[in-house]
Amino acid sequence: MAGTGLFLCFFLVIHLLGNLQLLLPAAEAKEQFNWYSHLLAGNLFIKIVSWVLLLSIIAHAVYALIITRKSNKANGTKYAYDKRGASSTWNSRNMGLLGTVILVFLVIHLKDFWYVSDFTTMNLDKQGNKDMYSVVVLTFHEWWYVLIYEISFIALGFHLLHGFFSAARTLGIYHPKYVNLVRYTGWVYTAFITGGFMLIPIYLYFNN
Amino acid sequence: MKIYLKIWRQDSLATAGEMVVYQLDEVSSDMSFLEMLDLLNESLIQKSERVIEFDHDCREGICGQCGVMINGRAHGPLAHTTTCQLHMRSFKDGDTIHIEPFRAAAFPVVRDLKINRHSLDKIIQSGGFISASSGEAPEANGLLISHPVAEAAFDAGSCIGCGACVATCKNSSADLFTSAKITQFALLPQGNIERTERVLAMVDQMDAEGFGHCTNTEACEVECPQEISVLHIARMNYEYSKALLLKRN
Amino acid sequence: MLDSKIPDGPLADKWDNYKEHVKLVNPGNRKKLDVIVVGTGLAGASCAASLAELGYNVKSFCFQDSPRRAHSVAAQGGVNAAKNYKNDGDSVFRMFSDTIKGGDFRSREANVYRLAECSANLIDQAVAQGVPFAREYGGYLNNRSFGGVQVSRTFYARGQTGQQLLLGAYQALMRQVGSGKVKAYTRHEMLELVVIDGKAKGIITRDLVTGEIERHAANAVVLGTGGYGKVYYLSTLAMGCNSSAIWRAHKKGAYMSGVSWIQFHPTCLPQSGEHQSKLTLMSESLRNDGRIWVPLKPHDDRKAIDIPEAERDYYLERRYPTFGNLAPRDIASRAAKERIDAGCGVGVMKNAVFLDFSKAIKEQGQEKIKEKYSNLFKIYDKINAVNAYEEPMLISPAAHFTMGGLWVDYELMTTIPGLFALGEANFADHGANRLGANSLLQASVDGYFIAPYSIPNYLAGELKAEKITTDHPAFAEAEKTVREQLRNFLTINGRLSADHFHKKLGQLLYNGCGLARSKESLTKTIAEITALRTQFYQDLKITGDEKVNSELEKAGRVADYFDLGLLMCDDALSREESCGAHFREEYQTPDGEALRNDKDYCYVSAWEWKGELEPHELHKEPLVFENVSLTVRSYK
Repeated sequence: MAGTGLFLCFFLVIHLLGNLQLLLPAAEAKEQFNWYSHLLAGNLFIKIVSWVLLLSIIAHAVYALIITRKSNKANGTKYAYDKRGASSTWNSRNMGLLGTVILVFLVIHLKDFWYVSDFTTMNLDKQGNKDMYSVVVLTFHEWWYVLIYEISFIALGFHLLHGFFSAARTLGIYHPKYVNLVRYTGWVYTAFITGGFMLIPIYLYFNN
Repeated sequence: MKIYLKIWRQDSLATAGEMVVYQLDEVSSDMSFLEMLDLLNESLIQKSERVIEFDHDCREGICGQCGVMINGRAHGPLAHTTTCQLHMRSFKDGDTIHIEPFRAAAFPVVRDLKINRHSLDKIIQSGGFISASSGEAPEANGLLISHPVAEAAFDAGSCIGCGACVATCKNSSADLFTSAKITQFALLPQGNIERTERVLAMVDQMDAEGFGHCTNTEACEVECPQEISVLHIARMNYEYSKALLLKRN
Repeated sequence: MLDSKIPDGPLADKWDNYKEHVKLVNPGNRKKLDVIVVGTGLAGASCAASLAELGYNVKSFCFQDSPRRAHSVAAQGGVNAAKNYKNDGDSVFRMFSDTIKGGDFRSREANVYRLAECSANLIDQAVAQGVPFAREYGGYLNNRSFGGVQVSRTFYARGQTGQQLLLGAYQALMRQVGSGKVKAYTRHEMLELVVIDGKAKGIITRDLVTGEIERHAANAVVLGTGGYGKVYYLSTLAMGCNSSAIWRAHKKGAYMSGVSWIQFHPTCLPQSGEHQSKLTLMSESLRNDGRIWVPLKPHDDRKAIDIPEAERDYYLERRYPTFGNLAPRDIASRAAKERIDAGCGVGVMKNAVFLDFSKAIKEQGQEKIKEKYSNLFKIYDKINAVNAYEEPMLISPAAHFTMGGLWVDYELMTTIPGLFALGEANFADHGANRLGANSLLQASVDGYFIAPYSIPNYLAGELKAEKITTDHPAFAEAEKTVREQLRNFLTINGRLSADHFHKKLGQLLYNGCGLARSKESLTKTIAEITALRTQFYQDLKITGDEKVNSELEKAGRVADYFDLGLLMCDDALSREESCGAHFREEYQTPDGEALRNDKDYCYVSAWEWKGELEPHELHKEPLVFENVSLTVRSYK
């Protein structure tokens, strides 16, 4: 869980850095982003990484299912009156729910961009690269589409907030000295990733 | 004060249980929670009914035998407090109190609120000890242990084995219980020799007993009467990974 | 005639002499021998683990849901050992003489010396097991001082020394359970001892879950079942602590000694209402900084804070200027009772005295006090919702430790061959009053170091004896007795609960045979207990079935308490002197101190059961003091 989770966390950083190109002025952004997309699409290494990524997501989800099943079995009879939630944070108890939201989002997200870029014929830009930029801009033209993305990113944020720090625990970072470091890093990381991803659709919606 | 109670009644593991409603009209706010149950049982005897079976012994928060879910929380509304240390002044006149046993597949119900926690003993049996037979110990001061290490080992070793950590965990994980013992011995030089075997055996036994997987919600630390730190769980994970790497064969 | 089997030789050599000449069992033969150990406290668990390590087959029994819950777990203060780490003049002999004196010269020299001698080994053993005793910054073990002695010899693990030592023993026991050498029976209560041809050969137990009555045979039976202070109902003991195991052994022929010697701990939380089930102990260490007082005038209803200094009576400082608030337990408890009886008690039930920290806080600052006692102040706040930094604590004496128990010889064997009693269940080492931090020590030393020699010495003779199985008629008969008693309880169908009788009995004993007794109070109490006992067998009401039934468990325990209570009164009545915890009002000095009578009562009483409601027969084991001189205990 921790291994795949942290790998995905790392990927998110790369993904966001790439996407931040969308925040450039429109013309520049178009050129830059399409070049970047082309770079990714044409690279064997990236191809391999993307398959590893997909496998990681599947492994992460499958393992989550396994431990959920194990927990359900370990729980035995359900409590008739349950207020255990008072002693832990909401997101830490609902990682499965948050993960499911993220998974559903991923399906939509992959269909919108990965499917479009890899399996459909697309317009080319001036440099002859596929015009991913326009696809992105067009997608975020609808307010309700932006909303879906924003909600998903909020779920992602809560998922990351617990996931990052929980992964550190699972990996055995136990010294009190590092506990706060991990906690703050988790916050900063989550704020950066979530904030960054949330900004892009809103920016594109209002600037186009 | 007047208290309404909804209490889990279950004859045995083989039969189904249900919440049953009771009422007590004269509860003093100075009573401990268990004394309130004594009072209820006294009234049941007067009505020729079977009393409510609940676990308790020392009634001073150290034996770890008591422990029920009170209004949906392990050991009741106060953090770091055993059921026996909870007093009725934590409730108001007219309150309804829900009482259930600690629930987990590894804690089968014996009757009503009594449960069987042998699974925790089994974890200790698998390696929660230092193999020092009677009579073979060397001079105590021959082994120097710094003050902070001794104190940290004490903190980990102060677990009372009540099982609240398991009861409050959404995954019914016994990681806090197991890791506290592993940490205590990992900290002490006496425990070093069996360190690798201990952590592997105890973690395996914990799984074999049917406890769930820790997802670091940290609820256990909040309910733990001894305020045992969740960092021990991280320590256990570290010890476990290291042991897997160092394991011969 | 009672033979205490004290080995020959000078005091300091006796234990070595014994060990050197003790009979041994060949390692190959050990697995042919079975031992039953009842109780999993420090004495029981350490004994069961040690015997299993030697290779014997051990069955361990406890009534709790896990062996780790035995009441040794609740001991707070510490454990004494004559290590002399502090270089303050401690030695085995010093510890021996402190303990003998603390016990008011009513214990055996040889036993007490052995206790002091083995004390150092216990600390080694516990450290090896991973018990996290307090350490100094240099890494060496730390000590603190305790009441009644002038050296620092108490080892401690914060306020949870008992818990840590018990967990050490429990883990040693679990290790043996894991390796298959010990079979652990939890939620099992011993209800009868099986004696065949005069020897202990097994027990009858009740499975507290299924209700099954089971037979267990063995070559020896060990009782490490603790004390019976719970006979007073209100005590510092756990709710399940009981006398049934030792009492049923007593009825089968094991003598009881020092039965009325019960220590009342002076710093407990007072009873606050009829509903109360337990009196929580607050560590004695609080008396290092707290001052004990009551209002000078009786029936003073003002709040502590409103009573001016001149109208306060610091009675311990007044009566015992040298020791002051640190007077030994029996003396401090009695002095509190004296003031409470005079009408000066405080609190809702007027049954308490103040323990005041205001002076210490003023002198040392609140932070310093917090550092030393914060956990105790927290407990106090939890139970009473009172901030003891701002107003004084209310404390009161409560029944705590029973110096009395089954009579045992030097080998810890009772008058029934093959039946051993360890720890608080025996009478052996504390005389008429136990010193603080000696109870953990005695329980552990009995189990780790003495039983592993003395029990094999007995078992060596058992190898050739005929193997007894549970088909023997004696088992059937013992089982029948148990079944009849249980059926009787379930069918009386009266009106009152077992707790009702227990509370009443406790009150009678507290008033008539508690902190102070007199011929008059004891005679009256005997009559009252007898009447209540009769009512018990006519008016008891037990609901529920024969399976899990805590009321049924209580009934058996209360039934035994009645007979035990009567013997306590007889014991107190027969001893016409005051010694240690036994304070006969007729025998006191003009200023209210205990008046011992060494001429007529320098013996251990050993009572033999003669049948239901029959008078016990008193046997006497004379106490001989060759190494200390009998002096008057003075703490003035």
